[in-house]
Amino acid sequence: MKPFTTLTGVAAPLLRANIDTDLLIPKQFLKTIVRTGLGRHLFFELRYDDQGQERPDFVLNRPEYRQTVILLGGPNFGCGSSREHAPWALLDFGILCVIAPSFADIFYNNCFSNGILPITLPLAAVEDLATEGSLTVDLPAQTVSGGGRSYRFDLEPARKTTLLEGLDAIGVSLTSLPAIEAYEARRAQATPWL
Amino acid sequence: MSSGPRTLYDKLWEAHLVETRPDGTSLLYIDRHLVHEVTSPQAFEGLRLAERPLRRPEAILAVIDHNISTQNRTDGSFEETSRLQVEALVENVQAFQVPYIPLLDDRQGIVHVIGPEQGFTLPGSTVVCGDSHTSTHGAFGALAFGIGTSEVEHVFATQTLPQRHSKNMRVRFEGTLPEGVGAKDLALFLIGQIGTAGGTGHVIEFAGSAVRALSMEGRMTLCNMSIEAGARAGLVAPDETTFAYVAGRPMAPAGPLWEQALANWQRLPTDEGATFDQDYTFEVSGLAPQVTWGTNPEAVVDITGRVPDPSAAADPAKQEAMRLALDYMGLQPGTPLEEVPVQVVFIGSCTNGRIEDMRAAAHVARGRKVAPGVRALVVPGSGLVKRQAEAEGLDRVFLDAGFEWRLPGCSMCLGMNDDRVGPGERSASTSNRNFEGRQGRGARTHLVSPAMAAAAAVTGHFTDVRRLLEVR
Repeated sequence: MKPFTTLTGVAAPLLRANIDTDLLIPKQFLKTIVRTGLGRHLFFELRYDDQGQERPDFVLNRPEYRQTVILLGGPNFGCGSSREHAPWALLDFGILCVIAPSFADIFYNNCFSNGILPITLPLAAVEDLATEGSLTVDLPAQTVSGGGRSYRFDLEPARKTTLLEGLDAIGVSLTSLPAIEAYEARRAQATPWL
Repeated sequence: MSSGPRTLYDKLWEAHLVETRPDGTSLLYIDRHLVHEVTSPQAFEGLRLAERPLRRPEAILAVIDHNISTQNRTDGSFEETSRLQVEALVENVQAFQVPYIPLLDDRQGIVHVIGPEQGFTLPGSTVVCGDSHTSTHGAFGALAFGIGTSEVEHVFATQTLPQRHSKNMRVRFEGTLPEGVGAKDLALFLIGQIGTAGGTGHVIEFAGSAVRALSMEGRMTLCNMSIEAGARAGLVAPDETTFAYVAGRPMAPAGPLWEQALANWQRLPTDEGATFDQDYTFEVSGLAPQVTWGTNPEAVVDITGRVPDPSAAADPAKQEAMRLALDYMGLQPGTPLEEVPVQVVFIGSCTNGRIEDMRAAAHVARGRKVAPGVRALVVPGSGLVKRQAEAEGLDRVFLDAGFEWRLPGCSMCLGMNDDRVGPGERSASTSNRNFEGRQGRGARTHLVSPAMAAAAAVTGHFTDVRRLLEVR
């Protein structure tokens, strides 16, 4: 996984609440067996009309947002299905950071698995930042800034380290192999039916 | 660990804790892992690329459910684009020696139906699956939650997941549910009360007399929908109802092991005096059947109600969201729900595809006819549900009434196969999500219980099923 330190670039506002993972990428694109190539299907229903033509008024289709790297969303972002195709589609499009007032659990976890930084900020801050076309995210300092404004965000230290170092989470857990084996030995005694 | 009174969730957590790291994250042991074709191929591929072995194949149960036709199971019966995933799963379970229920086996079905059916899901266990509705298994007093594909790979390789302890929430439903009102109505009602993010960061334990009175099928419906309230997991403390359901299942413990397991499971319920971060109590004796009107499950009203008026909402953002939803749904504020016509009825899914759901729908459909212009599908959640329903003659009831009786799978809940709701068509669906485009592009989904779906099928519009039951 690529480490995440700082990010500067186009920030697109899509401030509706409850942007679910069906909206991020609909079912017909879940039939893949690879993780790549999903960027063109991101927000498929909002982005294309019935003939498959781009809707010119959708934010990511507007010329100034074609190079979006940061997405500003509404509350409960990423709710619904556990499909990791949602962060894969964001990543493939080039979006490395999502800023929203709140996130759904599974989507939030899935972001970290893919080197995407989900930032939680109050709605007023998200709305304020949405007026800027370009933002800078500084993960070590835990700030988002643009147009002379700056907001600090909270992040669990372990999550921060994962992104900063681009850690392979499985590799990290495997360093606990002795503890896992010890647990399995205890478990065989305590709950042998499992 | 802690010595004071503990919640069911705390007990499950502590019993599965492998270690707590200095950075505060905990490594949790995973007992059971359900696998299906959509969210697993990249995880198997990840193992291969990293040359990592699969740690415990015997902890897995794999099945194909999302992509398949519900009309025939002969070779080539799924859409061409689905073939790759189906073939990948078959190849992967062979290569990694993973227990697998084949497509033509009677035990095949939706992951969240077959796990409990086989006794794979047990009280006191941890259960994961690359599917958000894994919360279903919490009905057994198992800590069960949906995970992403990277986490599927993580469990393959380590049999653990790094986790953070969630907060405890209790929801008590007290009273006796009226006839025609069931677990689905409880779930929708709750989400209407606390919202789609009301459970975020929490594990919800469902309690109270109305929950104790639910069958395992009903408890599964309730826990299934806890993800729609944003919760990490849903739970019901195991009791005699649970034990009676589990006993004798093919993968459940038997003999002396059963006795040992039972003693363990009886210690799981929340201790007297344990505290919850959030605690709700609802009196539900007067609860009416619920129907959603919008594009997320919190947009719900009583069947006796009307489509709400956005201008009555408190803040402008909410008003705008409601307008967007009503526009998508093609509904006018103030319209009585009972006057809203439907074109499609779907009875099935991991929420409501079990035998009790089939019975509830058949009870309403018996001796009636599907209304003209309505297409009504009944899709049993598994081959065993289908077989049981047929043994009870429910298939005849449905077929005589003009419903289609299909083969098991996820089907029209998400339309990954060819079962879809057309653009602008309105469905009464027993599934779990009414998101835009969920059942098909432009599809207008209303979530209801199986009894309410059957009532809509035979009348052609949403109908208070209690009225149809009065004449029974």
